[in-house]
Amino acid sequence: MPAYIEDLAVRVTAVLGERVRRYGSLADEFAIEVASEHLLEVAGILRDEPQLRFEMLMDLSGVDYLDYGRAEWRTDSATATGFSRGVNRAAPHTLAGDKRYAVVSQLLSITHNQRLRLRVWAAGVEDPMVDSLTGIWASAEWFEREAFDLFGILFRGHPDLRRILTDYGFIGHPFRKDFPLIGNVEVRYDPQLKRVVYEPVSIEPRTLVPRVIRHDNRYDPVLHDHPPGERAPVPGAPGADHA
Amino acid sequence: MPEIRNLTLNFGPQHPAAHGVLRLVLEMDGETIQKADPHIGLLHRGTEKLAESKPFNQSIGYMDRLDYVSMMCNEHAYVAAIERLLGLSPPPRAQYIRVMFDEITRILNHLMWLGAHGLDIGAMTVFLFCFREREDLMDCYEAVSGTRMHATYYRPGGVYRDLPESMPGYLPSRWRTQKQCDRLNAARTGSLLDFIQAFTDKFPARVDEYETLLTDNRIWKQRTVNIGVVSPERALQLGFSGPMLRGSGIEWDLRRKRPYEVYSALDFDIPVGVNGDCYDRYLVRVAEMRQSNRIVRQCVDWLRANPGSVMVDDRKVRAPSREHMKSDMESLIHHFKFMTEGYCVPEGETYAAVEAPKGEFGIFLVSDGANKPYRVRCRPPGFVHLAALGEMVRGHMLADVVAVIGTQDIVFGEVDR
Repeated sequence: MPAYIEDLAVRVTAVLGERVRRYGSLADEFAIEVASEHLLEVAGILRDEPQLRFEMLMDLSGVDYLDYGRAEWRTDSATATGFSRGVNRAAPHTLAGDKRYAVVSQLLSITHNQRLRLRVWAAGVEDPMVDSLTGIWASAEWFEREAFDLFGILFRGHPDLRRILTDYGFIGHPFRKDFPLIGNVEVRYDPQLKRVVYEPVSIEPRTLVPRVIRHDNRYDPVLHDHPPGERAPVPGAPGADHA
Repeated sequence: MPEIRNLTLNFGPQHPAAHGVLRLVLEMDGETIQKADPHIGLLHRGTEKLAESKPFNQSIGYMDRLDYVSMMCNEHAYVAAIERLLGLSPPPRAQYIRVMFDEITRILNHLMWLGAHGLDIGAMTVFLFCFREREDLMDCYEAVSGTRMHATYYRPGGVYRDLPESMPGYLPSRWRTQKQCDRLNAARTGSLLDFIQAFTDKFPARVDEYETLLTDNRIWKQRTVNIGVVSPERALQLGFSGPMLRGSGIEWDLRRKRPYEVYSALDFDIPVGVNGDCYDRYLVRVAEMRQSNRIVRQCVDWLRANPGSVMVDDRKVRAPSREHMKSDMESLIHHFKFMTEGYCVPEGETYAAVEAPKGEFGIFLVSDGANKPYRVRCRPPGFVHLAALGEMVRGHMLADVVAVIGTQDIVFGEVDR
């Protein structure tokens, strides 16, 4: 871990203590998770505390963890059914807890030349909600509108939570993992009605390339005692310290 | 007494000064803007969702189409994010090639911006001058990748291929006489590096030409000085980056502050504005073109002296050569699996940012260990700048809206994604 990340970790722990939890990331990045009830308080401290001074919110986006770690092509034997496994949509997935939507912000401190990633889980699966950061960083306004539009995450206290990227009158939240890639409606011009009409899509949703999760020993932290992201030596490669 | 109320004016989405498909709903008091509400999303293609449905390498081409005037810089952020998760580092020659093309892209972008911005606020000639130089740089793109815009040239682990030893030339046709072709082909007799070197030699004089037309031009100054002023504190609050932030007097450039690739070994300056108005941002961008030219020249010199590999020798991220593929069964299988299924990226998340011509272009990539990204998030600089449009134009005249849109260097490919 580089010294400047160690340094940041010490300062964040000293200032925020138990309210935040560091979670896995690459060795040269620093990511913390905060409970949604502490979000505004922690964000305010991150911006104003002279030791931290994260004066810029560079990015804020939603993540839908519904299908996380689920492969579409998991099989132990050669298949006789061809690609159907990838084509048929998997049964709706039920989550164990209510950890489905997260809001991830990338903060930047120009004063200290540091970056920090802040993740907060939205409360609830039906109407996920988190506090809005617009009062702390003005740049959050459009980012939160976008996260609302694409993921349906509601931001408590946002001044103007409208859709931003999708069409006027769009139904649904397209970046949710259970929203089909091809969409639900298609448009065409109807010469009789002399206007554009919306119809259910005629294209069948297909998976062209199934998701495959392959176990790779090179990245296994148990087999190789190396920090995540740092490459383990390739066995047999010149100079590799292979036992 | 008649009732007096504000006029609501619709600007765009089909308007030459809207730089694409921007729709603005303006609330006007006479000719003064009270409130501007940008409506975006008319070019929304769901790039992020599309990228989540494909193997990693198949989305590189989508990145070109985000900010379609700074193509390779977008690719750079995307491949850098994958490389960070894989723990790969491209060979030095590939890093120099990337830096050289990033800077060529910066010049391309700023030329497009300067031409279009000039055209928007009444300077016709600059546009023609800028596009003359753009043509040469587009030829560099073409020589190296086969396409003039959407290059898909960078790969995780390096670049697709080494710089070509010859430069394609022009043939006489109905539109070009032999004499014109000879003039155009004069610099194209050697390698690509010779061509780029010839460009860097002549380019500073070309920038002087643009400056002669604009920098002390009375009309240009009337249209830009004290228009769209952003204070440094406000610029930070609004999340500005790139020339928008530097125009307000904050010296922040990722190439210097968090050097990626080989920027730490190169010599260049960071131009900074003073007043934070449209004129200062113009000066910053013009100065950046000169600095980029310096960087390109340094890269050319290094690349001439240091031949070598342009791709890591890791068969997990590199397809076998065509030759091997056609003569060796294992290579054929490998090639097929590589092109169809792709490679798996270890579980984790990362944020990779590059200093794109418009500001910080970042990719937040979440991988769950699959052959497709779990979440790709593009952090477009233009989106953030456009969010501040309402604030920047409040109290200005209608015609200044066009100047502010121009100075923000908006491209809808990246704003709408």
